[in-house]
Amino acid sequence: MAVITYREALNQAHREEMERDERVFLIGEEVGVYGGAYKVSQGLLEKFGERRVIDTPICESGFTGVGIGAAMIGLRPIIEMMTFNFALVALDQIVNHAAKLHYMSGGQFTCPIVVRGPGGPAHQLAAQHSQSMETYFYHVPGLKVVRPTTPRDAKGLLKSAIRDENPVIFIESETLYGVKGEVPEDADFLIPLGVAEVKREGRDVTAVAYSGMYYRVLEAAEEVARTDGISVEIVDPRTLRPMDTETILASVRKTHRVLVAESGAGFAGMGSEIAAFITENAFDELDAPVARVTGANAPMPYARNLERLKTPSKEKIVEALRRVCAVG
Amino acid sequence: MAVTKVVMPKLSEAMETGKLLRWLKQEGERVAGGDIIAEIETDKADIELEAFGAGVLRKVLVGPGTTVPVGNTIAVIAEPDEDISAVVGDRPAPTAPAAPAREPARTAPASPSAQPAAATVPTSPSPSAADVRRPPAPAAPAVGAVAAAEAVEEDEPPVAGVRLRASPLAKKLAQKAGVDLTLVKGTGLGGRVIQRDVEAFVARPAATPAAPAAARPAPRPAAEFEDQPLSQIRAAIARQMAQSKAPVPHFYITTEIAMERAVALREELQALPGAPKLTFTDLIVRACALTLVKHPGVNASFQGQAIRRYRGVHVGIAVALDEGLITPVLRDCDAKGLFQIAAESRDLVERTRARKLRGQELSGATFSVSNLGMFPVDEFSAIINPPEGSILAVGAILDKPVVVNGQLAVGKRMRVTLSCDHRVMDGAMGARFLADLKALLEAPLGLLV
Repeated sequence: MAVITYREALNQAHREEMERDERVFLIGEEVGVYGGAYKVSQGLLEKFGERRVIDTPICESGFTGVGIGAAMIGLRPIIEMMTFNFALVALDQIVNHAAKLHYMSGGQFTCPIVVRGPGGPAHQLAAQHSQSMETYFYHVPGLKVVRPTTPRDAKGLLKSAIRDENPVIFIESETLYGVKGEVPEDADFLIPLGVAEVKREGRDVTAVAYSGMYYRVLEAAEEVARTDGISVEIVDPRTLRPMDTETILASVRKTHRVLVAESGAGFAGMGSEIAAFITENAFDELDAPVARVTGANAPMPYARNLERLKTPSKEKIVEALRRVCAVG
Repeated sequence: MAVTKVVMPKLSEAMETGKLLRWLKQEGERVAGGDIIAEIETDKADIELEAFGAGVLRKVLVGPGTTVPVGNTIAVIAEPDEDISAVVGDRPAPTAPAAPAREPARTAPASPSAQPAAATVPTSPSPSAADVRRPPAPAAPAVGAVAAAEAVEEDEPPVAGVRLRASPLAKKLAQKAGVDLTLVKGTGLGGRVIQRDVEAFVARPAATPAAPAAARPAPRPAAEFEDQPLSQIRAAIARQMAQSKAPVPHFYITTEIAMERAVALREELQALPGAPKLTFTDLIVRACALTLVKHPGVNASFQGQAIRRYRGVHVGIAVALDEGLITPVLRDCDAKGLFQIAAESRDLVERTRARKLRGQELSGATFSVSNLGMFPVDEFSAIINPPEGSILAVGAILDKPVVVNGQLAVGKRMRVTLSCDHRVMDGAMGARFLADLKALLEAPLGLLV
């Protein structure tokens, strides 16, 4: 199996799906000539031409609407957001149109679009460009929301997202584009949406984390294994909606303790939802309240020292793992 | 840290008030969980009151000699810097023997200097603007006041001491293992009982205060009992019997037991070097325990919708005091040898007489024995001590003319009467129990195996 970057894995997914199905096309800012702001679409213009790799003006609501319209008449667009923070401008298109077309047309229309691009905090991107945008979407019935963690996830999940008949919000991460990992070269390699993965087996506590937070939790898990003998099981939901609650609950039934780590502000965040369904479905399995480590309840500061305070760091995760295991 | 209210514990179903005899800790003294802080006189015995929380005995609300309703706060344990005004203030006079006092209002006193609790960034607008915009003072109490109020709520006592803090998993495990969570020391956050505490408690070596611990014959199933659903007939009997003689429809079965061999056995055992003082009550308790194991239907109680069969045999031993009858409980008699029963019951009886029993030693019997054999009593009928299903009344061992192999002889005879709860069992079940008890005492080497 080839070891490639997350960026290359995404690029492969585009290529393979565009080769497989000529209805698939890519639309967005700088996706063509420039090869993508984060170089995800490098070489696609050369290979597939201007009809299928389309540079647009800076107008997210416009090109998102174009994509939705194209999907309504049978095409399968991939809509790139330069960063997902810009999707706020297209929120009406996504929430009020893409998510509801199938329902409000009584099934006459489907809307098989993928809206993809990087999201979540990176490094000193400040308040407007550091948001964990999945929270704005996973509340909406009619949308699927994916946050891939590894290069393998990125490829397998993007290919499934492109083939899905529903609008899929696919949020990558600036901090992960350079991460390398083994990725199958098989053109039929798919990871189904809505299936979580136990990425690290453990006994004592289930840590739920996705995207960049997975790597931070992994470091914390290795630290507490060394210092406290705590064995952390890490479950990556991968798809946030629909969520694979069964895999998470099965892990909770094994470890009896849970930590959810998320990069966004905690209020009504993913951790809240996960804590709720664990309490509803596995209350008697819990040996401690579900712990959450989240971003602080504040906009992301630009200053590096303040950014660190806002960020759910490895240290905060270590501390929470010890607390939930009642160690130290 | 939490503020712990020390309340008058409820030590028996019937207990409504308790009298504070004396404080063993003074205001300002530091106490740890488990410390004996006071002595309390109940309708049964004087018991020692343990502290359920650690900290400083901040406030004693009730003086010696005062009678207090069950559940009333009698003292407060907290750290020196903690605000206990919410617990101490606005309390009805502790001497009022009226209904249990209401909890103090949980609303924390409004503080004029209170800051909005959820404020995050001073600047606005921000995502947290909704929080910041909340009206200040009354809706957002000071953080300290919130903490105190929450602690009071958490520590609200249901029965004795403080509210039990245990994780859902710990509760489930405890129920499975038949563990009383109030006896388990919690090591989780804030003293919460968690999984490892229950597991450690279950794995602990059995506390045996006397004699060589007899090995348990077989591991007992996890729960202390099993509930058998009432059959139609049993449900009807339960209904009708209760209507005929409320609340416990008694019936009585008497038999006479030849005690020559038991008398001789007791003398022989008593002569062994190192033997504890052995009473007939000990022999009878041992015999009852062994027989009850064979007759689980007798080691049972009526539970409304079910007959509860206990897996352990815990025998209440009636002890007569001048002030009245007390029935301390000797636990797990089925798993204890004769000498262990003798040693433990002697300790129990002595502490009963000295009124030094702990609360848990006064409840939980599954069967009782009342022996009036030291008096010239031929036989008598005892009243069942609910929720037990039966009680054995034991008369004196008397020399009597008896017929042996067609010849008149002098025999030692003891008459026992089993009082039974008809909702739990019928006459035949009680009679079979008595027949086996009689056989065991008449061939008493069985008591030693």
